[in-house]
Amino acid sequence: MNAFLALSSAPTRPLAVPPVDWVSIAPELCLFGAALAIVMLRALVRRSPRVFDFSVVIGVVGIVASGVCTAVVWHVVHDNGPYQAIKGMVAVDGFSVFVRTVVLIATFLALLLSVGYLKREALDGPEYLALMLLSATGMMVMASANDLIVVFLALEILSIALYVLAAFDRRRLESQEAGLKYFVLGAFSSAIFLYGIALTYGATGTTSLTGIAQFLAANHVGHPGVLVAGFAFLLVGLGFKVAAAPFHMWTPDVYQGAPTPVTAFMASATKVAAFAAFLRIFVGTFPLYGVDWRPAVWGLAIASLVVGTVAALVQTNVKRMLAYSSISHAGFVLIGVQVATRSGTSAALFYLFVYAFMAIGAFAVIGAVARKGDARHDLEEYRGLAGRQPLLAGVLTVCLLAQAGVPLTGGFVAKLGIFKAAVDVGQYPLALVAMLASVVGAFVYLRIVVTMYGGGESANPADGVVPVDLATRAVLAVVVSAIILVGILPGVVLDFARDATLLLVGAR
Amino acid sequence: MLAAATSASAVASATHGSFPVLTALIVTPLFGAVLALIMPTRRPEYARIVGYLATAATLGLALYLLVQFSGSTHGYQFVENHSWIGEFGVRYVLGVDGISLFMVALTALLFPIGLLASADIARPKAFTVWMLVLESALVAVFLSLDLVLFFVAFEFVLVPMYFLIAGWGYANKVYAATKFFLYTMAGSAFLFIGLLTVAVLYHRAGHPFTFDVRTLTAWTSAKGNISKDVGRALFLAFCVAFAVKVPLFPFHTWLPDAHTEAPTAGSVVLAGVLLKMGTYGFLRFAIPMFPQAAVDLAPILLISAVIGIIYGAIVAAMQPDLKRLVAYSSIAHLGFVVLGTFALTTQGIEGGLFTMVSHGLTTGALFLLIGMLSDRRHTRQIADFGGLWKSVPILAGLFIAATFASIGLPGFSGFVGEFLALVGTFITHRWYAVVATTGVIFAAVYLLWAVQRAFTGEPEGENVGLRDISFRELATVVPLLGLSLFLGFYPKPVLDRVKPAVDDLVAHVQQTTNYHAPSVSTNGASTNGAP
Repeated sequence: MNAFLALSSAPTRPLAVPPVDWVSIAPELCLFGAALAIVMLRALVRRSPRVFDFSVVIGVVGIVASGVCTAVVWHVVHDNGPYQAIKGMVAVDGFSVFVRTVVLIATFLALLLSVGYLKREALDGPEYLALMLLSATGMMVMASANDLIVVFLALEILSIALYVLAAFDRRRLESQEAGLKYFVLGAFSSAIFLYGIALTYGATGTTSLTGIAQFLAANHVGHPGVLVAGFAFLLVGLGFKVAAAPFHMWTPDVYQGAPTPVTAFMASATKVAAFAAFLRIFVGTFPLYGVDWRPAVWGLAIASLVVGTVAALVQTNVKRMLAYSSISHAGFVLIGVQVATRSGTSAALFYLFVYAFMAIGAFAVIGAVARKGDARHDLEEYRGLAGRQPLLAGVLTVCLLAQAGVPLTGGFVAKLGIFKAAVDVGQYPLALVAMLASVVGAFVYLRIVVTMYGGGESANPADGVVPVDLATRAVLAVVVSAIILVGILPGVVLDFARDATLLLVGAR
Repeated sequence: MLAAATSASAVASATHGSFPVLTALIVTPLFGAVLALIMPTRRPEYARIVGYLATAATLGLALYLLVQFSGSTHGYQFVENHSWIGEFGVRYVLGVDGISLFMVALTALLFPIGLLASADIARPKAFTVWMLVLESALVAVFLSLDLVLFFVAFEFVLVPMYFLIAGWGYANKVYAATKFFLYTMAGSAFLFIGLLTVAVLYHRAGHPFTFDVRTLTAWTSAKGNISKDVGRALFLAFCVAFAVKVPLFPFHTWLPDAHTEAPTAGSVVLAGVLLKMGTYGFLRFAIPMFPQAAVDLAPILLISAVIGIIYGAIVAAMQPDLKRLVAYSSIAHLGFVVLGTFALTTQGIEGGLFTMVSHGLTTGALFLLIGMLSDRRHTRQIADFGGLWKSVPILAGLFIAATFASIGLPGFSGFVGEFLALVGTFITHRWYAVVATTGVIFAAVYLLWAVQRAFTGEPEGENVGLRDISFRELATVVPLLGLSLFLGFYPKPVLDRVKPAVDDLVAHVQQTTNYHAPSVSTNGASTNGAP
């Protein structure tokens, strides 16, 4: 009885509300506000045919506002150094600014791609835009999350919106299948991740990443079984989100089935956000236990490189081919994680930055070539594309060559950074496997290029010039310029990535 | 070391004023490519004219470089040094010495000729753009003194070459282009890991991060900085990339396909310049950076070269396709280059370099002439030809002259190069030279046999009444053969400019290893080659 009284009297203490540092979460709030505004607009103005167009404007304004806020945050970090806000829940550092920037760019480009796509497929509901912005909000939160609970919240926000987006083209069976598959496996992996959080909490007594790092630095964990199990579960959960082998089984089906702009969004923004959490948790928080988790990430990296590249070799569906190649790119980024150094972290971030452009560009072309119905992804559809539409083929070629790591594209500088980071810590086997994977990968990309340029007309007589809407053209132009510019003058972005250090970059 | 290297280069560059001629050599074709790209597609002649102008301007710059190049200065000249990717310590460093000078000149010479030979090609605008991009990348390969910059150019060469083969080649072009791309990229993978490792090792030794070839060479070649095994591993990593490009014997299978399927201009450039990227890589990077490993492992490369010489010749003799025959003969010729190079004597390396230039001229001429025959007869099968001497006498005469030049008949440049290479090899590796010399005889066999089958006898069927060589076609072949003849009689201009760099290289190898080239040789042989 006494105990009950004691329990019931406890909440009478006033709830301690931490002071909210609004600046630190302003970028997220902008996106979230835009998403809410779209939903409200849809609810209030049901009949107007202009709702979709207004929603697009709101979305763009939200993203731009969020970008401005991110710039402000960057200045704050630049002037005052990194800090924690809202009772340690949010980390305000160069790392989060960089990741947020990439997420915003990717979201903006994916949003532009979606406009034409949705109109073409007669799916133009504002809900799609709201969901995309919500998912992006989750990714932004993930970038700065400094507490495992916040990481989990962000993961759920971004995932749940993505499940719906994957299934958005509800008339297509593949899209429905993609949504369901992503949902079931995603929910499963979230549960595993949550279990990992619980175990880590059990071992360290806190969910704050800063707190965990301090605890592990100050205490010797005599029986690290629980802690290591926690690592393992966190690793599995994150491995699923970044689409690393052997947790990649969902990727080809979901990437192939989802509406193409959503695939572009998943391959770019989601990957960045998930890797942000990966880096912050493992490199930032558990550097002292690298002996325990680094071999596991080593295995993930090798498996992703091999599985992604080899499986891509035998595909005839271009969308699926690039889905597998995105697995191998995850392998490259994992090398940057595995080395667990500052240069590794910035190399991984730079890689993700460049990959976002390469992936969006490639999927943009794929979306256009697929035409109405979003189903014509077979390699044969690309036969003779260079003759019919040299610009479209040219953009895809640049994106693919960049993915292959050809010099003077951003892809080369990205790979250079990753390899340098690996060789720096003496990881020659990783570097060699990655190098061979990129050679075999080059074959995959060349197959597409060859089909486009190597003569012969498509077997399908219905082929003509595929329409490319204005927004998509803009995206393609931005993507190609970014890839080539970063390839020739990578200085600015590299500096940005180098400054994007974690609040707690550990031992080294 | 760094200070010494840069101050030496500063002196050299200061003497040549401030005009960045090396950058101009890279930028001019690139600028031409952009200009050609924005020319209207409907008026292809505009793009073609831009192509001629840009390549001619590059040739002019190369001639300026040849004239201004000081034959008595040691070390690099015209050095340019700017920051590029500061984060990784990658710099934009260009420089030229005797080893790279003639590669640049050869590149600048072969491109206008290649464009001139392709006046009737389909889609001339795109072709011109790719050719100009390729020229720019190739010049950059030979001028880069930063490992990453070199690698960037080395790899990027694949892209325009790939599109040239895949876009304008013959029947089996896509297969050949893809094979070419993947083979060379696989080789470069090792080079990439190797160069990163070198830079990281240097960095770990407490120096700032750099990819500067001069600094790294001074460090890696000095005794005790890297262990013997590491040096050998790195040497092999570099060698694989270059051996694929050359191509040395077990890595050669991409070459016949690429050469045969490429359009004429593509074959000319491929044989004339692209293959030299490999042998140049040995001379610029693999040997000076890891001299001890080069000395220790030279037998592997020498054996490979000798096998290439004999094997290339035998297989060439069996080819029914004229172009494929010349492609295999390239394997043999480049075998002489590698042989001379890894003899590690002054004569050998000079001979190798001279053969590189000579092979570019003679094989270029042969490919041009085969292209002309193929344009007329729409076949390259030796069996389809016959009696051409009577139907196209001038073309046939030039073909036979080119054949003699390629065989290495005295009086042509091929003789000087191969003779020097064999003499240089004989000094240090007698039996390799003896076996390789038989390759010279084989070369005469396969080429003369082909000439006999294609040109002698009475013309029959379609071989009757062919159009003889046009003025434009003459203008492409004559400069190459003329130069070959000139250098055959008077090799001094080349050898003089090459000598300081080669002497430096040989001295560098001798100082940093326990290896000594036998001193008996140096007097007699070099005067033989350069009368």
